[in-house]
Amino acid sequence: MVEVQNLVKCYGGRSAVDHLSFTVEDGQVFGFLGPNGAGKSTTMNIMTGYLAATEGTVLIDGHDVAEEPEAARRCIGYLPEQPPLYPDMTVLEYLQFCAELKEIPKSERENQIGQAVSMTHLEDQTRRLIRNLSKGFRQRVGLAQAILGFPKVIILDEPTVGLDPRQVVEIRELIHTLAKDHTVILSSHILSEIRAVCDRVLIIRKGKFVVCDTPEALEEKLSANDRLELLVKGTQESAESVLDTVEGVIGHTVSDVTEDTVRLEVRSDGDRREALFYAFAQARCPLLELRSRMASLEDVFLDLTDESDEVAARAAALLTCGEVLEQNAPKTAAAKTAGEEDTPFSAPEKEENAQ
Amino acid sequence: MTAIYKRELRAYFNSMTGWIFIAALSVFIGIYFTAYNLLSGYTYFSYALSATLVVFMALVPVLTMRSLAEERHSKTDQLLLTSPASLTGVVLGKYFAMLTVLAVPVLLACLCPLIIRMNGTAHFKADYATLLIYFLLAAVEIAIGMLISALTESQVIAAVGTFCLLLVLYLWNGLISLLPTSAAGSLAGLLVVLVLVCLLLSALSGSWKLSGGVLVLGAAAIIALYSRDSGTFANLLPNALGNFSLLDAFNSFASDHVFDIPGLLLYLSLIALLVFLTVQVLQKRRWN
Repeated sequence: MVEVQNLVKCYGGRSAVDHLSFTVEDGQVFGFLGPNGAGKSTTMNIMTGYLAATEGTVLIDGHDVAEEPEAARRCIGYLPEQPPLYPDMTVLEYLQFCAELKEIPKSERENQIGQAVSMTHLEDQTRRLIRNLSKGFRQRVGLAQAILGFPKVIILDEPTVGLDPRQVVEIRELIHTLAKDHTVILSSHILSEIRAVCDRVLIIRKGKFVVCDTPEALEEKLSANDRLELLVKGTQESAESVLDTVEGVIGHTVSDVTEDTVRLEVRSDGDRREALFYAFAQARCPLLELRSRMASLEDVFLDLTDESDEVAARAAALLTCGEVLEQNAPKTAAAKTAGEEDTPFSAPEKEENAQ
Repeated sequence: MTAIYKRELRAYFNSMTGWIFIAALSVFIGIYFTAYNLLSGYTYFSYALSATLVVFMALVPVLTMRSLAEERHSKTDQLLLTSPASLTGVVLGKYFAMLTVLAVPVLLACLCPLIIRMNGTAHFKADYATLLIYFLLAAVEIAIGMLISALTESQVIAAVGTFCLLLVLYLWNGLISLLPTSAAGSLAGLLVVLVLVCLLLSALSGSWKLSGGVLVLGAAAIIALYSRDSGTFANLLPNALGNFSLLDAFNSFASDHVFDIPGLLLYLSLIALLVFLTVQVLQKRRWN
């Protein structure tokens, strides 16, 4: 288990990490999400003991990184943003050095290096000088170094940056394999990547905690009243009349009208895709497209981590507001009052709820 | 520590650095050995050794500039500092690797007294004691170079900085003779030294309260002593600094053929201090 409590790191007068607290349970794949400069790398450097925190503690498997650094670091494998490679060594020499550095017993070294090499698909590269390796291979050598010794916690700082899409998929698969018996903490500024591999996501912005939850829950929160995008063949009137018959549809907006099609954005409480499908089928009004507006999660992430404090605060409020609405769903009156006190953007939602 | 030691050593011999250091030092020792002992017929090898000391000014920076500056530059220090190895272990591993490279030409030079013996009288005790102190003097200089290398990210700055500092050490006695010998001059000099020590202290500890306290207390003590008996202050600073002359200790071995135990201890304690400071510099960087 990794526990980070109230972490602060100041550079000069500026704080790169600002009172950050979170816990990573054993066996989780935990993702740090934030734009460049959000404090992801600094946090990871503190967790691995490379930097000292100005304030706060990091416990790795019960060992305080500042108090018992050697015991704590023994539980960690770390791949920094730039893989720490010596260009004058061959891959095998480098991994042997790392194995010795990590104090892996001599009898197990051969075996473990072999395992790490095969997990990162480096079998054909072991005799090559690191100097001559491509970026993708270097990243993999760094990764092999991090998993050597098979420590409890593996920390990867942007493991897929600069890799081609196929390599990205390979690394994701590797992370899945590792997750079976390790805790993996990784950082990224790409939402889809985090969504693909992580059990839990921590979004940070300017060193501050924004939100921490499972990707599914985040998605649910962010799309608390589900948004669907519909492309209907027919006139606007006919489409709207069908929509009115469907239960659970809160509201809609027309985003595009052509000669014989209408594009609508529909808000509903809960998943109403089936009902919509049957309703339109019954009305013999063909649905050309029906999809969830997943992109909105990406939008909200961008808002959450926006440079401007105002935009970010609004987006963060949306998250908590989603929670309030969910919790208070039966008590509409309570939700209403909560909505009234909230930031202006929640007003339209309140109206829709009332409809 | 052994992992780092082995890697460093391999790096020195995989690149040109180690070979260049060994070749250059051996060549210079060989030249002076030929000139002094073989051609001019001096029976003491230590004379040839003292003539080669000046070569260290150029060679030690070559050996040390890479050691810690390059790790930081290429960010491989992240690997070392997040591994279970202790910081002292990392620094000592690197230091011992450099000492091993140094040991090669020194061991080669150990043959020279034997060659002298084959041609007539030799002074084994004096010559091998000088070789020992020769090795230790170079070890002090390497520790200086390593400290400078830990302070910077650039190998060039590390090399130039080490060269300048070594130059000061070679000119030490000459520089000291420029200092004022009067009591008031020593007082001023001591205060300057105190300020420098406090600056170093505050840079290392990051606490201005501690260093400020040391500064105030130290200055008060010095001034109190001075006002009680200003006579003892005459020549105090030159004499005190003169004790740190690295070359004096070497010369008592090489020229006077005396086994100078205080000099030996000076070298060993300087090495310990410099290694300690290097560890502190790296430790401090975590807190920057």
